[in-house]
Amino acid sequence: MLSNEHTINEPIIHIEALDFAYNGQQVLEDINLEVGAGDFIAMIGPNGGGKTTLLKLMLGLLKPGRGRIRVMGKPAARVSHHIGYVPQDVHINRSFPITALDVVLMGKLAPGKRWSKNAGQDRRDALEALDRIDMVDLAHRRIGELSGGQRQRVFIARALVTRPRLLLLDEPTASIDSKGQTDFFRLLKRLNRDITIIVVSHDLLVISTYVKSVACVNRRLHYHQQAEITGDMLEAMYPCTVEETCPVELITHGHLPHRVLQHHKE
Amino acid sequence: MIEALQFEFMRNALAAGLLASIICGIMGTLVVVNRIVFLSGGIAHAAYGGIGLAFYFGLPYLAGTLGFSLAAAMIMAAVTLKARHRADTIIGVIWALGMACGIILIDLSPGYNVDLMSYLFGSILTVPDSELWIMIVMGLGIVALVAVYYKDLLALSYDEEFARIRGVPVTALYFLLIGLLAVTVVMVIQVVGLILVIALLTIPPFIMEKHARSLLQMMIGSSVLGIGFTVAGLWLSYAFDLTSGASIIMVAGLFFFLNLMVERLISGQRRSATPSIPEKNNAADPQRS
Repeated sequence: MLSNEHTINEPIIHIEALDFAYNGQQVLEDINLEVGAGDFIAMIGPNGGGKTTLLKLMLGLLKPGRGRIRVMGKPAARVSHHIGYVPQDVHINRSFPITALDVVLMGKLAPGKRWSKNAGQDRRDALEALDRIDMVDLAHRRIGELSGGQRQRVFIARALVTRPRLLLLDEPTASIDSKGQTDFFRLLKRLNRDITIIVVSHDLLVISTYVKSVACVNRRLHYHQQAEITGDMLEAMYPCTVEETCPVELITHGHLPHRVLQHHKE
Repeated sequence: MIEALQFEFMRNALAAGLLASIICGIMGTLVVVNRIVFLSGGIAHAAYGGIGLAFYFGLPYLAGTLGFSLAAAMIMAAVTLKARHRADTIIGVIWALGMACGIILIDLSPGYNVDLMSYLFGSILTVPDSELWIMIVMGLGIVALVAVYYKDLLALSYDEEFARIRGVPVTALYFLLIGLLAVTVVMVIQVVGLILVIALLTIPPFIMEKHARSLLQMMIGSSVLGIGFTVAGLWLSYAFDLTSGASIIMVAGLFFFLNLMVERLISGQRRSATPSIPEKNNAADPQRS
């Protein structure tokens, strides 16, 4: 399914000096990022900081104003159908008449493929994807009858059925309670064994135990090889102090593993 | 009702109503799930500008109306795609402008005096055979196009961005959808009138949306409901000598509110049976008020 020219050592995503402006307002500035195979990156940052915009640039839904973005060695828009995408739940109509299975089957659409050659195979693939995330029992439920966490799993199955090497998730845990979030990130960790993952999230503390590295996006991008999230990092990212951003950070049970990262050099 | 069918105008009215119900059931489903009811209203009203244009310049009725509506619809579609947050305003402007254009052009046309009421409520009791044939051809065309692009239309309607990533030609398909809607509206208005078109486009699909498990089911269900409303409305209009278009809409509207009330009752019962699950944003819950 993947283009033959793409070799394993080549980065999955390569972004170079990228700028993006929306309605004359600079949203992203001088972004440089290299995502390698097997990475599990959390993308954090304030609202309006450009996280979702960057995700859409990676998907080729938006075009960079300046700079270059290559996905699997090609322009983003040309390979977007090789990327698994899990959008924000809030943007999707919950009363839409569709079953979980039919949502997953949407992942079987492909460029230039009008009539499926093998509808039975598509269906088996979709059920298998649902099985992989423990949702096969609910395949014939209407999507609106599912809980937030279940719906999010269906969207992951829809992304998985495309057999992606890269999975992009936009605020996947926004409508899930904290127990569900833990399960959800465990699932992602399991998937990360053979899929590169980038996840946009607000839940800094939850996410830090699962991801391998962190990218802070607030107009500019700062990449941290380690997954620890610290006060300094927050301070650099958000236009207010740690205490204001996250007043409960120091009140926590047990041993909270943490490390102080270097200041962004600027 | 059976004895009414001995009259040809009654048979034609029934056939026109059934065809309009099927066409509107299919297109209305797409309108409701894509949330473009307001846009359809815009097209339907702007079409009046086309009628004025046709009379003023002595163009054939269909060419004038269809051309004008398609142009207006394409502008609305482009605005909806490019500047979603401005779309409702611009649709409102085109809506009003089209209507005003039509009235002024008809004022200026010598000799002609088109009845605005027949445009609004149609004249289902005077449908000639030729228009029935046009509706049959159009209905078949719509069924064929929707069948060919069903999966893509489904993906576009459910999650436009994901559809784009999967390589569905979203922009072209959206224009096709709006174009198809413009053709539907213009053709069906001629037969049953603007108000009935909007009612048939919105009421049956809205009722079906909560019960259907797929777009296809929603389309079929909406068509069947529309047929039911049409038959009941026509019978009422025959039995009590009422305006036919308005009678059909009254039946549909009544059913719409009845359905809402029954659903409220059922969900209210369910809630009181399981009080441990609090529901947010529910004004119908008596325990919270």
